[in-house]
Amino acid sequence: MSSSDFEHEVKLSLTVNGRRYTRTVEPRMLLADFLRHELGLTGTHVGCEHGVCGACTVQFDGEPARSCLTFAVQAQGHAISTVESLAGGPGKLSVLQEAFRECHGLQCGYCTPGILMTMQAYLAQHPDPTEAEVREALSGNLCRCTGYQHIVDAVLLAAKNLRAGAAA
Amino acid sequence: MSTRYFGQPVKRNEDARLLTGSALFVDDVELSGMLHAAFLRSPHAHAKIISIDVEAAKARPGVIAIYTAEDLGDYWQHGPLLVPPPPVPGIVFNLRTQVPLAKGVTRHVGEPVVLVIAESRYIAEDAVGDIYIDWEALPVAAELEAAARPDAPRVYPDIPGNVAAHAHQKRGDYGRAAKDAHVTIKRRFTYDHGCSQPMETRGVVAQWDNKADKLTIWDTTQAPVAIRNGMAAMLGLSERQVRVIAPFIGGGFGPKIMMFYPEEVLIPWVAIQLNTPVKWIEDRAEHFFATTHERGQIHDAEMAIDKEGKIIGIKDVFLHDTGAYDPYGLTVPINSQCTLLGPYVVPHYDSMFTAVFTNKTLVTPYRGAGRQHGVFVMERLLDIAAREIGITPAEIRRRNFIAPDAFPYNHGIIYQDFTELTYDSGNYEPILDQVLATIGYEKFLAEEQPRLRAEGKCVGIAVVCYVEGTGIGPYEGAKVQVQASGKVSVVTGIGTQGQGHFTSFAQIVADACGVDVTNVEVITGDTDAFYWGAGTFASRGAVVAGNAIGQAAGLVRQKILATAAEHFECAETDLIIENGKVSLNGVPGHSITLGELAGMANPMRGAVAPGTEPGLEATSYFGPPMGATASGAHAMIVEVDPETMMVEIKRYAVAHDCGVVINPLIVEGQVQGGVAQGIGNAFFEDLVYNDEGQLLNASLADYLLPSSMDVPRMEMTHTVTPSPLNPLGIKGVGEAGAIPVGPLFAQALEDALQLPKRGVELLDIPLSPSKLWELARNA
Repeated sequence: MSSSDFEHEVKLSLTVNGRRYTRTVEPRMLLADFLRHELGLTGTHVGCEHGVCGACTVQFDGEPARSCLTFAVQAQGHAISTVESLAGGPGKLSVLQEAFRECHGLQCGYCTPGILMTMQAYLAQHPDPTEAEVREALSGNLCRCTGYQHIVDAVLLAAKNLRAGAAA
Repeated sequence: MSTRYFGQPVKRNEDARLLTGSALFVDDVELSGMLHAAFLRSPHAHAKIISIDVEAAKARPGVIAIYTAEDLGDYWQHGPLLVPPPPVPGIVFNLRTQVPLAKGVTRHVGEPVVLVIAESRYIAEDAVGDIYIDWEALPVAAELEAAARPDAPRVYPDIPGNVAAHAHQKRGDYGRAAKDAHVTIKRRFTYDHGCSQPMETRGVVAQWDNKADKLTIWDTTQAPVAIRNGMAAMLGLSERQVRVIAPFIGGGFGPKIMMFYPEEVLIPWVAIQLNTPVKWIEDRAEHFFATTHERGQIHDAEMAIDKEGKIIGIKDVFLHDTGAYDPYGLTVPINSQCTLLGPYVVPHYDSMFTAVFTNKTLVTPYRGAGRQHGVFVMERLLDIAAREIGITPAEIRRRNFIAPDAFPYNHGIIYQDFTELTYDSGNYEPILDQVLATIGYEKFLAEEQPRLRAEGKCVGIAVVCYVEGTGIGPYEGAKVQVQASGKVSVVTGIGTQGQGHFTSFAQIVADACGVDVTNVEVITGDTDAFYWGAGTFASRGAVVAGNAIGQAAGLVRQKILATAAEHFECAETDLIIENGKVSLNGVPGHSITLGELAGMANPMRGAVAPGTEPGLEATSYFGPPMGATASGAHAMIVEVDPETMMVEIKRYAVAHDCGVVINPLIVEGQVQGGVAQGIGNAFFEDLVYNDEGQLLNASLADYLLPSSMDVPRMEMTHTVTPSPLNPLGIKGVGEAGAIPVGPLFAQALEDALQLPKRGVELLDIPLSPSKLWELARNA
């Protein structure tokens, strides 16, 4: 394949955090790079660029997906959510984000957006998980700072608070 | 001064920014017209560069500039010596520092050879692929012991045996004392500490402002002030012309210290040459080769004990792999040499090491910084000695502790901070008692283990102890200032990589100035905000910067009181500072906010008394005479599947003493994260090199970081032995959790599989299921 094949730009329309965008991109541009550098949504972090660490996890039509293993053009016509969408407004935190703060579930915070996007989707489908289930759901996201214990505590607390909120 | 926040599990001020994705990391910096860098790196561990052809790369659309070593002119120079060797008598140190781009020869895989600047990273990497280099492979010094042989291939032609350094430290007379030993134990230990793998790789963005004659560098560094000073010197600029910003950093753990990495040195220079902002972000593959490792040592160690199991002396001769260059001096092997002694009385000590150049990535400190290696040797020798004497591992440690009334305790050898290795304070037996009680040591040995073994289960228990030298000098400083908004700002020169400085430092200031902790704004990692400092390393941020902040906040409190006393025309003793206000005690309605007082302290007209300083502001510096020594004990119960040799950690207990605690939530997080890295080091992470110096597992799919399934819940207890070396009484905790996990695994797995009875001892770290299986099969 010659370099001109890479450089042939195509039109891309998609929805990110509820807003429609249309851009022209190279087909080889990664979704992570598109979100970060084309749209300025730098909350999505790139850790390994080979799909292992999970830092770049976003939601693709509501399902967690590695934005470093996805080309931007694959998102044509789809809906992407990033960490910037979670809090619901300036000065606010979601129930899950607040639980991370409460339990000291983050240190450097670099892996945190990917973990939030993974666990937010998980809790939506599994409102009452056990600790072992949370650990398994979390095992695709690497964190080098915390030793995971406070992250697990935060997810369990968020599950509890979300259930209480749903019951109220 | 009240202690409303100090010592409390205060939630972190920085979390909201990190949780919403609005915290700035280096790769988030976007500048108009910014260009992007990519490097061609050596595919060989050792090779001559015969020729470099960059013509095709230059012709590629979007490529702006290409640099080889020759293109750098006078800017091509060896990097600085970062840490001079300590003043150990007779020490040998051969300094060889890295270069910005390899010239004529490359000495490790991943060494940068050509720099490409292009309109995008994609194009820059395409252009790297266009470059042709004619290489002549040279013989490789890869494995440590082989590299140390006199006839080994030489990393430097003028250094036979690849000797980077040699140091011999002695206390007492081991040879004579060992003659009286009841038992002498002699073993060979190997310990490899792998690499740090922060979730954020390194990165540099540089912008030259032609109009202001000023350079701004965003850098993933733990030591922005040192980088500012060094870059100014290299570029021929005044320090005031260089601003280094270390924004939020995604984990550091040592290798992001002021290394003056080739990329760090080159990107600012290119930004000036091209008068255009330039960004380079390391990818994970580059990180494995180009960011420093810690890796391995081989120890031939001997311990003489009396019939009670008391240590008479230790003799240790070890090799240390320093990689292809040694700019960071001898911090790692000196730490190994010193920390080996642990919390124990060792009357006679004879320790000699040789640091060896190899054709591998540079070795510099990574969380623990050589302490792990020494602790492993000591703890394993004690385990073997306990077996010889017929006592438990817990009991032999207890018999050898330094007594609580023996502090300050001087080991009589030189430490990494150039002072004699002296423990400021400690009380080790209560820590051991705590961890044994938490894990249920006696009951497990007497009841549970026999019962479980009768059921056919391979269960084992272990307990290990360690000390950690923390909070070393030279100094840090801080400026505390009441803003007109009533908020209080504190700026300090260290960088922050997740340690919670925005909160722990705020707690200190909030108590002194009587404001809510969320109204203290902490600014770190910006050399334009604070000029002086050394950096974040050696578990020193809270100790050294924390005490400077405490002093500065105390001075600001005095100014607040003096200004308010003048305002109310009362004595300072009649004033109460709380909730951001100063009130007249017992007179309701008489109060003034800190913001109003700050305005009064900064008059815009009229005259002030001679000597008046404006504002409610103070700057203070703190430097301890030596490091503060923290300590701890870890215990663990494991079950091993004898078919797969997979290990399940059933219980994990930590007892530790880091002096007075500022924020127990943050301390717990530091310990838990340290233990997780220790578990990775002990059982998952292994840098696998072949004889050609090629790293065979350079991806996170193959170099295994522990996941949430691998790190257990930890049961933690604290004791507090204040440090007498600083006003707040604190000791560092950053590295503590990571240090003793290797020997803990070895002891627990030996016990679980009853390996000593089968003639097998675990003397090497890292372990893994496959290594265990091999050892057990050959038993």
